[in-house]
Amino acid sequence: MASSSRLAFALLNRAPLFLLYLNVLAVATCGLIYELIAGTLASYLLGDSVTQFSLVIGVYLSALGVGAWFSQYLHKGLAKTFIEVELALALVGGLSAPLLFVSFAFVQWFQLVLFGTVFVIGTLVGLELPLLMRILKEHLDFSDLVSRVLTFDYIGALLASLLFPVLLVPYLGLMRTSLVFGVLNALVGLWGTYLLRPLLTSRGLTGLRGRAFLVVGLLVVGIIKADTLTTWTEEIILGKAVVHAKQTRFQRILVTNNRRGFQLYLNGHLQFNSVDEYRYHEALVHPVLLAAQQPKRVLVLGGGDGLAVREILKHDSVETVTLVDIDPGMTELATQFPLLRDLNQQALTDDKVTVVNTDAFVWVGQEHEPFDAVVIDFPDPGSYSVGKLYTTFFYRRLRQIITSDAVLSIQCTSPLVAAQSYWCILRTMEEAGFYVRPYCTSVPTFGVWGFALASQQPEIVVPQELGKLDQDLSFLNASMMANLFELPRDIQPIETEINQLNNQVLVRYYDEEWRGRE
Amino acid sequence: MRSGVAESETLNRRQLLTALLGWQVANSVGCGTSRPSAAGELTHTRFDVGHLLRDGVDASLRPQTYEGVGVTIVGGGIAGLAAAWRLKRAGFDDFVLAELESSPGGTARGGKRNGFRFPWGAHYIPVPMAENKALIDLLTEMRVIESLSEDGSPVVSEQYLCREPEERICSQGRWYEGLYPQHGASEEDLRQLAAFRAEMNRWADMRDPSGRRMFAIPMAHGSDDELVRKLDQMSMEAWLNERGWDSPRLRWLVDYSCRDDYGLPPDRVSAWAGVFYFAARIAPGSEGSQEVITWPEGNGRIVDYLNDAVSGQVRTGLGVFGVAGGDQTNPTTVLAVDTATQKPVGFQSEQVLFAAPQMMAKYVIDGFSDSGRDASAFRYGSWLVANVHLKDRPVDAGFPMAWDNVIRESRSLGYVTATHQSGIDHGPTVLTWYYPFADVEATITRKQMLQLKWADWADVVLTDLRLAHPEIDDLVSRIDVMCWGHAMIQPLPGFVWGDARQQAAKPMGSIHFAGTDLSGVALLEEAFFHGVRAAEEILSVRGIVDQPLNDLRNG
Repeated sequence: MASSSRLAFALLNRAPLFLLYLNVLAVATCGLIYELIAGTLASYLLGDSVTQFSLVIGVYLSALGVGAWFSQYLHKGLAKTFIEVELALALVGGLSAPLLFVSFAFVQWFQLVLFGTVFVIGTLVGLELPLLMRILKEHLDFSDLVSRVLTFDYIGALLASLLFPVLLVPYLGLMRTSLVFGVLNALVGLWGTYLLRPLLTSRGLTGLRGRAFLVVGLLVVGIIKADTLTTWTEEIILGKAVVHAKQTRFQRILVTNNRRGFQLYLNGHLQFNSVDEYRYHEALVHPVLLAAQQPKRVLVLGGGDGLAVREILKHDSVETVTLVDIDPGMTELATQFPLLRDLNQQALTDDKVTVVNTDAFVWVGQEHEPFDAVVIDFPDPGSYSVGKLYTTFFYRRLRQIITSDAVLSIQCTSPLVAAQSYWCILRTMEEAGFYVRPYCTSVPTFGVWGFALASQQPEIVVPQELGKLDQDLSFLNASMMANLFELPRDIQPIETEINQLNNQVLVRYYDEEWRGRE
Repeated sequence: MRSGVAESETLNRRQLLTALLGWQVANSVGCGTSRPSAAGELTHTRFDVGHLLRDGVDASLRPQTYEGVGVTIVGGGIAGLAAAWRLKRAGFDDFVLAELESSPGGTARGGKRNGFRFPWGAHYIPVPMAENKALIDLLTEMRVIESLSEDGSPVVSEQYLCREPEERICSQGRWYEGLYPQHGASEEDLRQLAAFRAEMNRWADMRDPSGRRMFAIPMAHGSDDELVRKLDQMSMEAWLNERGWDSPRLRWLVDYSCRDDYGLPPDRVSAWAGVFYFAARIAPGSEGSQEVITWPEGNGRIVDYLNDAVSGQVRTGLGVFGVAGGDQTNPTTVLAVDTATQKPVGFQSEQVLFAAPQMMAKYVIDGFSDSGRDASAFRYGSWLVANVHLKDRPVDAGFPMAWDNVIRESRSLGYVTATHQSGIDHGPTVLTWYYPFADVEATITRKQMLQLKWADWADVVLTDLRLAHPEIDDLVSRIDVMCWGHAMIQPLPGFVWGDARQQAAKPMGSIHFAGTDLSGVALLEEAFFHGVRAAEEILSVRGIVDQPLNDLRNG
């Protein structure tokens, strides 16, 4: 060891030299990690990874230069400045991923925030090494210093570039990686207050350490709360409190709550509002069960929230209800999530009810004892994987598993907003061999909503006598039953194409009619 | 195997990836080796027996007795199976079909594993037009076609028509609907695309003086007018150049189409074949292409149907190595080796239907070369097909998973999703990934190809799929790879309307010929047509009267 090194050894609070290099290593690793996070995030959010990475690297490297150039103007209290820079970098770098995620959701000029952040990080990293080298140059041989500091700087870069794709992104994710390295960065700063103690004045030392602890604490809280951040973003968008959020294999399920009630969203589309869902579900269920005349075996397709089943169980003739919903996450929510379980009156755990979690498209192709009544409560046909459940092929398969005089009801989006979609569904059922009776009702949350009854028999008669049911309903009454089927002037049949697996026109109609209206 | 050839150098990972996927892709991966963690196996077509034939068979390999049978069909691809089906349909049962592989079907074969069915090669057919009566008969028998509409065009059962969404394309990590890279296309790109489509529609609507369409499937139903023959004299690329169509996107579409249907780049595809690909699928008066019929196992469904119809007479694992023509009094002799027991087997027949590739003919048929026939113009391309089993689906940006999924930046053809036609849109699935060795001679030799192991191929497949699905490694549970040695006839310029092809379909004494290569393009419909045609030739020679299915008069 050179004599000058020994001097430094003595000066620097007897800290072994490798600790200093470890410091350089940590600083270099953090810097590159921030850059990689920004590049990856930009690629994720904006696509076109080549452009994003080029721009991020370009801005970052030029900011390094700016930082290095700027370091010449710093003269006093180099050690303290170095620690302050570390802490600032910890804060900005550590929070960069959360900041960018959130700003992508809210800020129109996202690129400005992105490159601004990269520039700030780059400038701070650019300041680091010159400062550190100037601090140490008093105590180390210059050529030794340059070679070792740069060596560890590059080792740090290598370490970061290896860790990032292999360990960090797969196991921590971007959000946590950013926060964890922020903490590491802040710890380097905090440690610096001990390591560089001989070079620091006592004045302000406590404040400096206090700030370091504050930054570490802030980032640790961030790590713990990383998951809720996503939820929080959604809350701001929806303007309501999110009380349940889950990404299943099939969809993102979200339950929000406000003073008036709670709401279920699937993939961002509102499914019901607890305030007025009874209007929808009574209209969906009771006409068909009355028309089917004392049905025993009832099939529900979709409707994993259990609300249609709640209505079905009000009919004494019903012996079994089979509910087919693709997503176990949804039917579990209906049986376990207190708000929903109370709303559906624990319908799905009733002895008469069997829940099947399969794609209805596959399920209707299997053999089943024929059903007397069917309630189709699929989500709107906004995607091809749902659109296939509204095709002639699907309805023809359905005919194989119902009795010859079975009656079906189906929810078929708003006939006012999406007339082509609505009539396309009815025309498609007719093409598949059903007679249909359109009807609609008003659900404040959705507006005017469309349904249809269908049967293989030409006459679909809905008895107006509610009997015992009368006292169980909150919306329908005997005289309304007849009126449901009276179509207003602005909801009248139009010609559409027929929805088939090989054309999926319905998905296109639906997309055109609803785009920008939700 | 031939000896004396120096062992060619083996490829390292970077060389392999560069050769198959291009340097841009190869550069994006690290060096060294990467062993995919998924399970799987590599299957080759029986090149060992094929090469045994090429290199000469031991003269002592002769059976002690010969089985007497009216007709021997050599080769159980679609052509051979179609011929067998056609003979049986005429009430003629006295035939055997000898197939080299352990299961029939050739490049139309399908597979199954873990409850999934998937193709190993050809995976769809466009809905046949009214004049393709033989194929319509088959599909009606299979209950794929429900009825015929008034103009004779078939009505196909909804479940067999390719379900929407049919195609999507990945460009720079984002998926878009359709096959044409629409995103970011300039006005000039779109103008050229429209002009290109109009030109194809023009060819589709045009008739020759005898009233035939210029391009039809099978091609024998189309025109042999000078106008179309002339196209065969130039490459597809030259044809595009002639029209000044230089839009990179249009070029990409044509390049993809040529590699997809012929396994060749446009500068090596006959313009006749290039135009045929598009124009033959457009019904006159309609603007768009015919819809396509497909099954989860691809055209394996047709293979299974034909095979079931004649299964009693199909002998698999039988490598035919000799056919000696007979005459009025002597039967034709067929010599084969049972690949399981290595024992020789022999047949004596009145007629032989040679439904194997023409490249085999000179090694198998006695006196083939002396008869003035020359099959050297028949060139075949190699393919790699991988069935990639996924535990779950990748999360994609943009348009959702379709039947056919194409990656713009890739040299592969992308993949078809095996569960698409079953309507299963979530959870485990199988992706059938296709790669034609479009420039095989230029990039990698057949010998180098045969030396590569499963891990090498799996690495190629995954590296390619990562272009569109960076997280694919975590989803893959199994990769099975099939290396098709001589998979597809190549419609090189001059071949389709050259003498060699037209000569090859004619009988040679008691030996008749079938196979898609006799059309110069590799299509199930062509193989089926020739199988039926050759079977009808034999029926006619044998004096069996049956209404012909192949009606060459244009509808």
